[in-house]
Amino acid sequence: MPGRYLPTEYLPVAIFIAISIAFGLGALIMGSMVRLRRPYREKLMPYESGIDPVGEPRVRFSIRFYIIAMLFVVFDVEAIFMYPWAIVFDKIGLFALIEMIIFIVILLVGYVYALKKEAFRWE
Amino acid sequence: MFEFLIRPGSFDLFLNIGIIILKIAVVIGVVMLHVAYATYFERKVIGHIQVRMGPMEVGPHGILQPIADMLKLFFKEDIIPEKADKPVFYFAPIISLMAALSSLAVIPFFDGFVIADINIGLLFILALSSLGSYGLILSGWSSDSKYSFLGGLRSSAQVISYEIAMGMSLVGVMIMAGSLNLTEIVKAQAAYPTGMYAIPQFLGFFVFIIAAIAETNRSPFDLPECESELVAGYFVEYSGMRFALFYAAEYIGMIIMGSLAVTCFLGGWTIPAFITAVLPFLKYVPGIVWFALKLYVIIFFYYWIRATLPRYRYDQLMAIGWKVLIPLSLLNIVITGIIKIMVD
Amino acid sequence: MLEFFFGYLSLVIIIFSLLVVLSKNAIHSVLYMLVMFFHVAGIYLLLQAEFLAAVQIIVYAGAILVLFLFAIMLLNLREELSAEQLTDGWPASLAVVAGLLLTLMLSLGGFTTTFNGSWSPEKIKEITFTKALGQALYTGYILPFEVASIILLVAIVGAIVLAKRRLN
Repeated sequence: MPGRYLPTEYLPVAIFIAISIAFGLGALIMGSMVRLRRPYREKLMPYESGIDPVGEPRVRFSIRFYIIAMLFVVFDVEAIFMYPWAIVFDKIGLFALIEMIIFIVILLVGYVYALKKEAFRWE
Repeated sequence: MFEFLIRPGSFDLFLNIGIIILKIAVVIGVVMLHVAYATYFERKVIGHIQVRMGPMEVGPHGILQPIADMLKLFFKEDIIPEKADKPVFYFAPIISLMAALSSLAVIPFFDGFVIADINIGLLFILALSSLGSYGLILSGWSSDSKYSFLGGLRSSAQVISYEIAMGMSLVGVMIMAGSLNLTEIVKAQAAYPTGMYAIPQFLGFFVFIIAAIAETNRSPFDLPECESELVAGYFVEYSGMRFALFYAAEYIGMIIMGSLAVTCFLGGWTIPAFITAVLPFLKYVPGIVWFALKLYVIIFFYYWIRATLPRYRYDQLMAIGWKVLIPLSLLNIVITGIIKIMVD
Repeated sequence: MLEFFFGYLSLVIIIFSLLVVLSKNAIHSVLYMLVMFFHVAGIYLLLQAEFLAAVQIIVYAGAILVLFLFAIMLLNLREELSAEQLTDGWPASLAVVAGLLLTLMLSLGGFTTTFNGSWSPEKIKEITFTKALGQALYTGYILPFEVASIILLVAIVGAIVLAKRRLN
């Protein structure tokens, strides 16, 4: 027995997601029925400003993208902690504010470290 | 297991589902019409700002231009690169469209009209907008093209960078409204002296608007598409209907971000009480009109910025997101908290 | 009706988890995992935990899975594609997992579906889950909350130290 209440207010959300996927698929299927298709080799080559593609398309890229993604995960979790905090703020008051300031200050140490190591700088 | 389908109350269930589907169809229909004409007005507005006429050929003042565009895209040949990863290539635009379109489910367009009145409406929109990066990165990866790949990488890094600032800029609104339900946020604003949170929360509003422009890949943060360097970024290899889905997703995203700004900062379908005190007849204007007017102002602002500002460089873009907007939104949270305690 | 939705969600979660493990292409695995995360969020909804459902999408689907995508793309995929999808020792692993599953199923009878503590489902429904979570977390669990920020700090430092040589 999972839970006690049926989350009925989420039924429209589920229906909406299903309809929007169907909408996208439907548009593609309808399009595929009416359009013409005359492929040849040059047409199916990836675009590289008119000349034949050179080398592997999935090139090695800067490690900075990975660092940005990692920092994003950390700050996203930080933001997640703020949402329930914000909506009960008026019930807890000053105590909640001090808690959150400590939380933010600890994370600011990491932020300043990242700043000093130039993780946000791109050349 | 299926006995709920034949119970006496099940007719109500089907009726309810029918009503929900009808409402969804109306919302999608109206929004898609807006998307079509948003492209037309974008070209017109930017044209006039740059002292050109914009589209003039199809119909009087080019009014039928979006329909002509739609027909063209519909009949265009669909070209898929030979070595593309087909399933991922097919699904990337659908993920983009789904993430953009489904957010409409929780937006209160006027009093009592919201498809799903859920308690975490605001988080639902943030959750779906965080899925937007999949469309970018997967289409870039699956296309088997260097331009797409680099464009997809750059744009997904951009979108995730600004997502944090966007989420945090809304925390001030959450503190003031004490809820994540968008309908309740609007009602809390109507009860607030200024009638909209944009005035006390100007810092949050500022961060939100900038982050929203970057989230939807609009100019001056339209690096994913910068036609001069990456030819079109992540969707170079997309054509016809598939391209149209990405295009629609971008404009729906713009409408979603505009609606979110209207509901969280500009009072949604209500108008400030001090205005109705002076001009009482304005009370009889239906809420949807106010909502639409506010939304159009924000969308016009998007166009205006696009026509005015040059594009940022990628390093500037990342610096604005991480070094300016995130500290500002944190500052806004602390200031809002302090003021809230002092006022109480 | 609850059982029907629970059954559907669980079935999809199991099928897509298997697809994640068995798929040869790591990017496809990520897509299967995305579908799975949506259904896990559905399970949270059935448990009245709507905030956790949102977190499941925002953090897991929207952040961690994107990190996976970046990590996969940093590697060269072409070699992975030709590798075998199962390692040689897979029958042994299957036996261990089956054993664990059996133990779990046998212990299921020990669980009861009552609630513990002062938060009853009715009370949570009344004040909404997110507020209940906020009140519990920010009054009763202050230390774990602040420790969480230190864990996040370690994650920032760790990510930068790992890539530091390349940065300077």
